[in-house]
Amino acid sequence: MNTPILEMKNITKDFPGVKALSDVSFEVRSGEIHCLVGENGAGKSTLMKVLSGVYPYGDYSGDILFEGKTQKFKSIADSERAGIAIIYQELALVPELSVYENILLGHEIKRGPSVNWNETIKKANEMLKKVRLDINPASKVKDLGVGRQQLVEIAKALSKDVKLLILDEPTAALNEDDCDNLLDLLRHLRDEGVTSVLISHKLKEVIRIADTVTVLRDGKTICTLDAKRGEVSEQILIKHMVGREINNIYPERKGRKSDEVVLDVRDWNAYDPKLGRVVLKDVTFNLKKGEIVGFAGLMGSGRTELAKSIFGNPDGYEIRGELRIKDQVVHLRSPKDAIDAGIAYATEDRKGNGLILIQDVKQNITLANLHQISRRGVVDVNAEVKTATEYKEALNIKTPSVEQQVVNLSGGNQQKVSVAKWLFVDPDVLILDEPTRGIDVGAKFEIYTIMNRLVEQGMSIIMISSELSEVLGMSDRIYIVSSGRITGELPTVEATQEKIMQLATS
Amino acid sequence: MTIKDLQKALRQNIRDYGMYIALIIIMAIFTFLTKGIFISSRNIANLLNQTGYIAVLAVGMTLVIIIRHIDLSVGFLSGFLGAIAAVMLVNWHMSVWVTLPAVLVLGILAGLLTALPVAKLGIPSFVASLAGWLIYRGALLMVTSSTGTIVIPDKVFTAIGNGYIPDFMPADSPFLPGLHKLTLLLGLFAIIWFIISEINARKSKQAYNFEVPPSDMFVLKLIFMTIILGLITWVLAGYNGLSWTVVIMLVVVLVFDYIAKQTVVGRHIYAVGGNPEAAELSGISVKKVTFMVFGAMGFLTALSGILFASRLQSATPTGGTLFELDCIAAAYIGGVSAAGGVGKITGSLIGALVYMSLMNGMNLLGTDISLQYVIRGAVLAVAVIFDVTTRKVRR
Ligand SMILES: Nc1ncnc2c1ncn2[C@@H]1O[C@H](COP(=O)(O)OP(=O)(O)OP(=O)(O)O)[C@@H](O)[C@H]1O
Ligand SMILES: [Mg+2]
Repeated sequence: MNTPILEMKNITKDFPGVKALSDVSFEVRSGEIHCLVGENGAGKSTLMKVLSGVYPYGDYSGDILFEGKTQKFKSIADSERAGIAIIYQELALVPELSVYENILLGHEIKRGPSVNWNETIKKANEMLKKVRLDINPASKVKDLGVGRQQLVEIAKALSKDVKLLILDEPTAALNEDDCDNLLDLLRHLRDEGVTSVLISHKLKEVIRIADTVTVLRDGKTICTLDAKRGEVSEQILIKHMVGREINNIYPERKGRKSDEVVLDVRDWNAYDPKLGRVVLKDVTFNLKKGEIVGFAGLMGSGRTELAKSIFGNPDGYEIRGELRIKDQVVHLRSPKDAIDAGIAYATEDRKGNGLILIQDVKQNITLANLHQISRRGVVDVNAEVKTATEYKEALNIKTPSVEQQVVNLSGGNQQKVSVAKWLFVDPDVLILDEPTRGIDVGAKFEIYTIMNRLVEQGMSIIMISSELSEVLGMSDRIYIVSSGRITGELPTVEATQEKIMQLATS
Repeated sequence: MTIKDLQKALRQNIRDYGMYIALIIIMAIFTFLTKGIFISSRNIANLLNQTGYIAVLAVGMTLVIIIRHIDLSVGFLSGFLGAIAAVMLVNWHMSVWVTLPAVLVLGILAGLLTALPVAKLGIPSFVASLAGWLIYRGALLMVTSSTGTIVIPDKVFTAIGNGYIPDFMPADSPFLPGLHKLTLLLGLFAIIWFIISEINARKSKQAYNFEVPPSDMFVLKLIFMTIILGLITWVLAGYNGLSWTVVIMLVVVLVFDYIAKQTVVGRHIYAVGGNPEAAELSGISVKKVTFMVFGAMGFLTALSGILFASRLQSATPTGGTLFELDCIAAAYIGGVSAAGGVGKITGSLIGALVYMSLMNGMNLLGTDISLQYVIRGAVLAVAVIFDVTTRKVRR
C-alpha cells in the first residue's frame, strides 16, 4: 500500500506563452484513489498528458518513475504497454460502432489475419461485468447515455490490463446516480488492485472517495493531503486551490424580480422526425423579467431539446404550441430569428457545437454578434480585440492573449469563452445549458456573480443544470423535467433535493 | 534587432511565408536552367496570363474547400460558359457588353444550382458536382457539336485574354524608352498605397495600445515588400505592361481577400468551415453561406471561362478539361485545409503561380509531358506535407 506506483519529479512543460507546469512533483501510492484538483488551467490535464505520452519524452523536462523504473514514453502506446490507461476529458468512443467493437478497438483479438468476433464478444462481456454494466454488447455506443458510455470507456481501459487508471473529469457530464455508480466502481477496482487518479471539480465527490488529494495551482504543486489523517475538507481544498477563502459558494442576489413575463411557452410539443420520437410533450412554463429559473432533471430528460426547440429549432423538430415573447406570439425559424428576438442559448457541448476550436478566443467571443463591431459589413478587428480583452478580464479567462486558439485553452476556460460569447450578444433571455460543467469553484463563483449581475440589470436566465445544489443555490423557481414533460414546479424556498429527485424520476 | 530575432520571426511565420519562398526557389531554379529565359519580361507576362484562369478558379475553390465542400463541375462549366459566350457573340451576333454580364450571371446561377441539393438536402458536394461535371461536359459537346471549334473574332472579347492596358506615352518616347509608363505609374501607386495602409494599420493598433512589431522589423518589412513590388513592376513594364488578365486576376484576389478577411460575410464563411453546428447555433445560416460560396464559385468559373476562351480566341469542345483538378491542386498548394475553416485567398494565388510556373518552366525546358505530370504531382504532395507538418509545430 505504501510503495509508490508512480513518481513524477520536477516536471516542467512549456507552451508558447504559457508555462503550463513548472517543477511539479506528483506521487501516487499503489492501491489508492488519488484525486488531483485545481483551478481551470492549473495544469491537471497537461500533467496527465505528460504521463501518458501524449507529450512525448523530450517535450517536457523532469523524470517519470512507474513501478520503480524510469520511463521515457514516446507515445500513448508506450504508456499503455506499461499499464497506464487514461480516459480523457472528452470521450473517445466511436459512436457508430458497437460496444464490444469499441472495447477492443485498437487491440483486437485476432485469429490469423481476421478478427475473432466470438472471443471479442466474450472478452467484452467479461469487461462489462467488471464495470457492472448490464447491456447488450452489440448495441451502438451512440444509443447509450453518457453515464453508460463512461463505463464503456472504463471497460475499454480495463481490457488492456491496466495498473494505473487515470480519469480526467469523468463525472462532469454525469448525473448523481451515475456519479455514485462510477465512484462505487472505482472503490471496487481499488479492491481488485487497480490504482486510480481522478481529476474532478466536484469537491464533494473528491472528499467522499479520495485516499489522497494533490492540489495544483498555476502549474505548481501546492500540497498533497492525506484523507485518512483527516486533512481533507471542502474549505481546505478551496483555500489551497484558489489561494483565498470562499465562504459562500452561491453569492447573494440583491434586487427584486418583477412580475412582467418575458417568455411564455404554452402546450409546447415537439416531435423529432429524424429519430422518429416525441421529444417534448405539453410543456408549459414562463420566465419573468429579472428571474433565474432552474431546469432540473436527469440526463436525457429533454431539457436540452426544450432549449433548442425554443432557440429557433435548429434540429428541425415538428413543433406544436405557442411561444410568446413579451406577450407577442413569435415563430422562430432559425437560431438567427431567436437571437434577433432576444434569446441566447449557450450549449452544453462546447466542443461539439459551442465553439470553433481552430479559431481564436476573440473570434469565438464575437461570432454571434459581429454586427456590433462592424461597420457596413466590415469587421473592425481592433474593436474586436478590445471587446474580447474586456471579457477575458471580466471572466478571468486564462489565456496569454485573445489571439490564442481556443483548442489550446483548458476545458474550464473554454467554457468561459462560450459564456462570454453569449454575454456579448446581450440578450433579454439567456439560456445556459450546464454553464458550470467542468469549471472550478473559483470560476463558478465568478459565473454565478455575473449571472446575478445580469438579472439585477433586468436580464432573465434559464439555467439547465444537473447539479442539484447549483439549481437550488441559484434559482428563484425550479421546473423539473422528466421524459420530455414538466413534472413539477417549485419555488426554491420549498424545494429540496429529495423532492426534486422524486419528481425527476416520476 | 539581431539575426536571432529575425530567425525567430521567420520560424513563427514559416507557414505564411513558406509558399512565397517556394515560389521564389522554383522561379530561381527555372531561371538558372533556362539561362534567364524564364525570368524575361516576355515569359513572365506570358506566365501570368496563363495563370489567370486557374488563379481565378483557385480563389473560388479555396472558399468552397474552406466550408468543407468541393466543386468538381467547374472545369467543364468554365468550358461550357466559354462556348456560350462564343455562340452569343458569333452565332447570335450579340454585343460583347451584353454577352459578358449574361455569361457571368449564368455562372452564378450554375453555382447556385450545384449548391441547391448540397444545402437543401445535404447531398455530398462531391456527388452533386460530379453530376455537374458530367452534365456540363455533355452540354459543352452539344454546343460545339455542329461547328466544332468556334472562332471568336470580336476584338474587345479577345483583348481580355491577350491585350494589355494602354499607355499614355508611346513606348519609344525618349523618357524611359522601352518601358510601359502607365504600368510603372500603377506600380508606384501600389507601393505608396501599400506603405500608407501598413502605417495606418500600425497606428490604429497603437491607438488601442496593442502590441506592434518593433519598428526596425516594420521598416524592414516595408523595404522588402517595396523591392518585390518594384521588381514585379519593372519586369512587367519591360514587355507590354500590365495585361488585362493580370488586372482582372489582381482585382479578383484583392476583392475576395478583403471579403474573406475583413467582412462579416468572410467571418461567417470561416465559422461555417470551422464548425458548422456551432455556426448555426450562433445565428449564422449555413445554407445561406453555402449558396453564397457556390454562387461566388460559379461567378469565378464564368470569369475563368471567359478568360480562357478569350485567350484562345475560340471555344473548343475540350475547353476547361482538368481545370477543376488544377485549381484544387493550386488551392491545396496555397495552404487550404481539407478539414475546413483554414485557408487564404492570397494563398490560392501563390498556389496557382507555383503550379503554373512549374508547367511554364518545364515547357520552356521541353520536358516530356509524362514527366511533367509526375513532377506536378510530387510538388503537390510536398506542399501538402509541408503544410500539415508546419501546422502541427504551431500547436
Ligand atoms: N496545446 C496547448 N497550447 C498552448 N497552451 C496550452 C495547451 N494545452 C494547455 N495549454 C495551457 O496550459 C495550461 C494548463 O492547461 P490544462 O488543460 O492542463 O488545465 P486543467 O488543469 O486541466 O484545467 P481544466 O480544469 O479547465 O480542465 C492552460 O493555461 C492552458 O491554456
Ligand atoms: Mg483539464
